[in-house]
Amino acid sequence: MLLPEDRGFVHPVASEITPRTVFESRRRWLAAMAAVSALGPRAAWPQAAAPKGAALPGSRSTVPGAITMEKPTPLGDATSYNNFYEFGTDKSDPAEHAHALKTRPWTVSVEGEVKKPGTFGIDDLLKLAPMEERVYRLRCVEGWSMVIPWVGYSLSELVRRVEPTGNAKYLQFVTLADRAQMPGLRSSVLDWPYVEGLRIDEAMHPLTLLTFGMYGQVLPNQNGAPLRLVVPWKYGFKSGKSLVKIRFVEQQPATSWSLAAPQEYGFYSNVNPNVDHPRWSQATERRLGEGDLFAKKRPTLMFNGYEAQVGQLYAGMDLKKHF
Amino acid sequence: MPARAHAIVQHRATKPVLFALALLPLAWLVAGIVNHTLGPNPAETLIRSLGDWTLRFLCLTLAVTPLRQWTGLAALARLRRMLGLFTAFYAALHFCSYAVFDMGLVWGDIVRDVAKRPFILVGSAAFVLLLPLAATSFNRAIKWLGAARWQQLHRCVYAIALLAMLHFFWMRAGKRNFGEVAVYGAIIAALLGWRIFKVTRGARYFMKLGSHSAKG
Repeated sequence: MLLPEDRGFVHPVASEITPRTVFESRRRWLAAMAAVSALGPRAAWPQAAAPKGAALPGSRSTVPGAITMEKPTPLGDATSYNNFYEFGTDKSDPAEHAHALKTRPWTVSVEGEVKKPGTFGIDDLLKLAPMEERVYRLRCVEGWSMVIPWVGYSLSELVRRVEPTGNAKYLQFVTLADRAQMPGLRSSVLDWPYVEGLRIDEAMHPLTLLTFGMYGQVLPNQNGAPLRLVVPWKYGFKSGKSLVKIRFVEQQPATSWSLAAPQEYGFYSNVNPNVDHPRWSQATERRLGEGDLFAKKRPTLMFNGYEAQVGQLYAGMDLKKHF
Repeated sequence: MPARAHAIVQHRATKPVLFALALLPLAWLVAGIVNHTLGPNPAETLIRSLGDWTLRFLCLTLAVTPLRQWTGLAALARLRRMLGLFTAFYAALHFCSYAVFDMGLVWGDIVRDVAKRPFILVGSAAFVLLLPLAATSFNRAIKWLGAARWQQLHRCVYAIALLAMLHFFWMRAGKRNFGEVAVYGAIIAALLGWRIFKVTRGARYFMKLGSHSAKG
């Protein structure tokens, strides 16, 4: 039947009409709350509105463990609370300063123990393999976590194409260090450029993601545009942002945090609730973006919940020694 | 200037106005909680902001005496107690928000955390030292302790200032982010340095006096 929604004859019953005094008092209450909110510390977090980037869709990944059912962190939180020291050490610095980063043209050079070294342009890398969406937990060594839908493909896709030699035991990842674009490089907190590394079997694991987007969009600059690594079972700092070079090497490569504080940060840095950071406990974490000040911290999971997928990589290793 | 400044400090509205101003940071944070504008990690923002305000009130409190001696505005002394109590107030909120929002009020975790993290230990020590000062801030306590002993007890504030600075320094040391640490450090160094300068100059004066009389 093609009956219009409002037939003109059905009127609300009197008891359902909000009395004038009630709605007027609600209006006063709303006005009062607006006045209070004007007082609030809005200015401290000006980027709460999420940046709108170009679409970068990915098909739902079929890699085991690649899609957690947990609720993704709001995009606004994931793009305004970042550790990206090249743009400053405060969590709000990257969102404030990273807009100056030029992500095109962009190349990544692949060198060292490979049969086909070369320089890849960002557009070639985007077309190298089909894009997948993967919803990973992200655990920061500082004790907070997020859930982020990334877009990219397994790093192994790239590794296979450059054909590592038998001497390639490790990969080193070198990230951009450009003083003209990155105000944080003036700080001596780390040696620049920021470098990270993986054992080759870690790099070849299907969960290790070469990442170009998140939330169905290209990566915002503050999240490591135009491409970054995401290694979901390791603390966040293992996942280098704005990559410019991948080096295949025979010896375990230097990594920035273990150079800065070797007693606090090891090469492996797997998420592990049983091995504390020397200065704080790693047993629990605060899930961000849930908006509740009183929410209890949650227990941190071994290998960030990816033990079933990656546990065998570390069989027989003393994880207290190889932290 | 002194007469006019004196009138302002002495004005009966000065204390209530200062009291209201000192509550503004708290109002700002409460509004932030209500409106969800404390950012993605509201607990962290809250705890750190309360720590910042504790340090600011500590600096203001320590500035009263040098300012009084420097300007000759004796009436400034009447504002010192309120500023000191606000320091203790924000320190208590800082500690409680850490205990509740960071530690979930699990006392075993708090004890382990205090033992594990030197900067928490130092901050807690400063807070514990602050408690007897806050508790003996009223006139009857001064009378009961006697002015000399009361003053001796309240010299603890210098140790508290040094512990608070160490707490702040260690907290920022993880990221070697020492810009603000240097600013607060310089302010506290100046305020304590002024006192050392006054004391040693006084001592030298008395020493000179002593040597003159010995010769005489």
